[in-house]
Amino acid sequence: MVAKYELDDDSVVLIIGTGSGGGVLANELAQKGVKVVSLEAGGRYLPDDYLNDEWDSFAQLAWLDARTTSGDWRVAKDFAGLPAWIVKAVGGTSIHWAGASLRFQPHEWKARSSYGHVTGANLLDWPIDAAEMEPWYEKAEAKLGVTRTGGRPGLPGNNNYKILEKGALALGYKEVHTGRMAIRSVDSEEQIACQQTGFCFQGCKWGAKWSSAYTDIPAGEATGNLEVRDRCHALKIEHDDKGRVTGVLYADKDGVQHLQKARVVCVAGNSIESPRILLNSASSMFPDGLANSSGQVGRNYLRHVTGSVYGVFEKPVKMWRGTTMAGIVQDEARLDPSRGFVGGYELETLSLGLPFMAAFLDPGGWGRSFTSAMDGYENMAGMWIVGEDMPQETNRVALSATEKDQFGLPAPNVHFDDHPNDVAMRNHAYARGEAIYRAAGATRTFPTPPYPSTHNLGTNRMSEKARDGVVNRHGQSHDVPNLFVSDGSQFTSGAAENPTLTIVALAIRQADFIAGELAKNNL
Amino acid sequence: MTPSTERRGLSRRQLMSRGLAATAGMIIGGGFIAASDAAWAYEAAALKPETMATLVRMARDIYPHDRIPDEFYVIAVKGYDAPEAAPEIEAGISALNAAAQGAGHADYLSIGWEDDRVALLRAMENSAFFQKIRGGLVTGLYNQKAVWPIFGYEGESFSKGGYLHRGFDDINWL
Repeated sequence: MVAKYELDDDSVVLIIGTGSGGGVLANELAQKGVKVVSLEAGGRYLPDDYLNDEWDSFAQLAWLDARTTSGDWRVAKDFAGLPAWIVKAVGGTSIHWAGASLRFQPHEWKARSSYGHVTGANLLDWPIDAAEMEPWYEKAEAKLGVTRTGGRPGLPGNNNYKILEKGALALGYKEVHTGRMAIRSVDSEEQIACQQTGFCFQGCKWGAKWSSAYTDIPAGEATGNLEVRDRCHALKIEHDDKGRVTGVLYADKDGVQHLQKARVVCVAGNSIESPRILLNSASSMFPDGLANSSGQVGRNYLRHVTGSVYGVFEKPVKMWRGTTMAGIVQDEARLDPSRGFVGGYELETLSLGLPFMAAFLDPGGWGRSFTSAMDGYENMAGMWIVGEDMPQETNRVALSATEKDQFGLPAPNVHFDDHPNDVAMRNHAYARGEAIYRAAGATRTFPTPPYPSTHNLGTNRMSEKARDGVVNRHGQSHDVPNLFVSDGSQFTSGAAENPTLTIVALAIRQADFIAGELAKNNL
Repeated sequence: MTPSTERRGLSRRQLMSRGLAATAGMIIGGGFIAASDAAWAYEAAALKPETMATLVRMARDIYPHDRIPDEFYVIAVKGYDAPEAAPEIEAGISALNAAAQGAGHADYLSIGWEDDRVALLRAMENSAFFQKIRGGLVTGLYNQKAVWPIFGYEGESFSKGGYLHRGFDDINWL
């Protein structure tokens, strides 16, 4: 019994986006009896629809609307029109994510206090901390079925993991294991465990990896309180003369525009689209964009310090077999400024199929140096660097002055310059990654540049004080009380960990807050 | 039966079905590019045959894989053999041949050593023409399922039940 609400029903909570933020929030609110309309720009794709084919899957799922880039990051050169590799579909990027589910380390909630002043960085402490988040992390881990938490066993290690483990242990690393993953490691009565198929990035055809697409969304719909409108692209958030939001203008699959009234609006379109719709919702009352009295909307764009290391060995590895993110080295995630940078990084196995390896190993590369590397594909192992990048005000999502999207609205430009701390961390991580593979017997290693961003964060940051950020400790706009941000754009800082678990924990927590405020008639 | 009547209208599927037996040699003439053992052939439609042959040589020089036969490079660039794409390709290959002549060769195809050809390509690697060809090859060559086995890549695995019971952790040399 799927709910169906009228456009003029102004009692609903309207959520833009159905990924790990918006999708979880929608279900959690629906479970509490709150009426929810979710707008999703993409279509609905389920495990049967997912494709074990990198480019075909990319065409099926990727967000490919007009975007531009600027700044000194290499993505702007290599993939000028594709700053981010994220998903347009019901379930959002939770279809594409690898499943790594790590809690922030306690000190990372307080980046400014922990790291001190870093020139050029706009560091700020979160208004919440590890102790406050503990119970929400527990709920998130239970929801996602995270391995190595709650008594759930770890996944078995594939060949790619075994290489990483051997090299890492040889170098003396201690925290080396097959990860805390939102991937089922044991069969249940109804659901099958991971079959080590690979193609985690293309959507798990077994449904063994958590995605809101086939968990929270249908669970929310089953309550009768949640209506998901797919292929409905939010264009503008409307407000009244009291400065409260009243609804959202959107275009349906045929391009016909509708205005859905709402009591509360929650923005969860990922860290490029979420600030963009706030900026595109500028009005005479909010000339710099909605919720932007601080001027911080779109700023402090974070994308993690990333990069990959691939190593070629004398004999076959077949890294594509099995879980894409099959294991982790956590020792470098610690805070230790003696390494020449603040913050830390994780090293996680990664594999790409041959088609994506050709596109990403050394974008723009050609000739024998490149092709002899590709000739070693079967003998390759791979890892990905995930580290904390420094928030900078000038790293930002802004409205393009020239480019428009398919609806005629200004497209987003994503500007990113590496901070010197980011560069120092990446170089350290490249060296350690290459050392790990050499210790395992690699004959050749490659420090591979960052891919288009999958961890897009920070562009509607959470802050204690209204002047420092966009939303408060509940993800609620400092300026507009019935407007919330419910995705990774509310991150005050990025931490070293893959962000999805924290996005989910914050969404569960936010649902609790919104339901409580609705019950008290505070919203 | 002449090659030109025998091979006219070979579809991509037919061409692919000839398998991987082709050798690297190419014969040009009568509008055809063909493997020396006649395992496959391609008839240029909009491009001059020698332009197509030079384009294929250029493609191999950009992404040289000695175990990949020419037919896959032909498939990777044959999308340019169309009326709307041909003028830009003809102009680009003309420029490449002019550069070869500037270096004292008759044309690009007549240059014997790969290094000498690559030097010409390096000098033009920022040109729109080079980047178009190179960029197109990234998918045009490496996304051909028929080349994947040459690299050992196994592709789709869901229909076979994944690798849980098929060697996901079978490494035995560590």
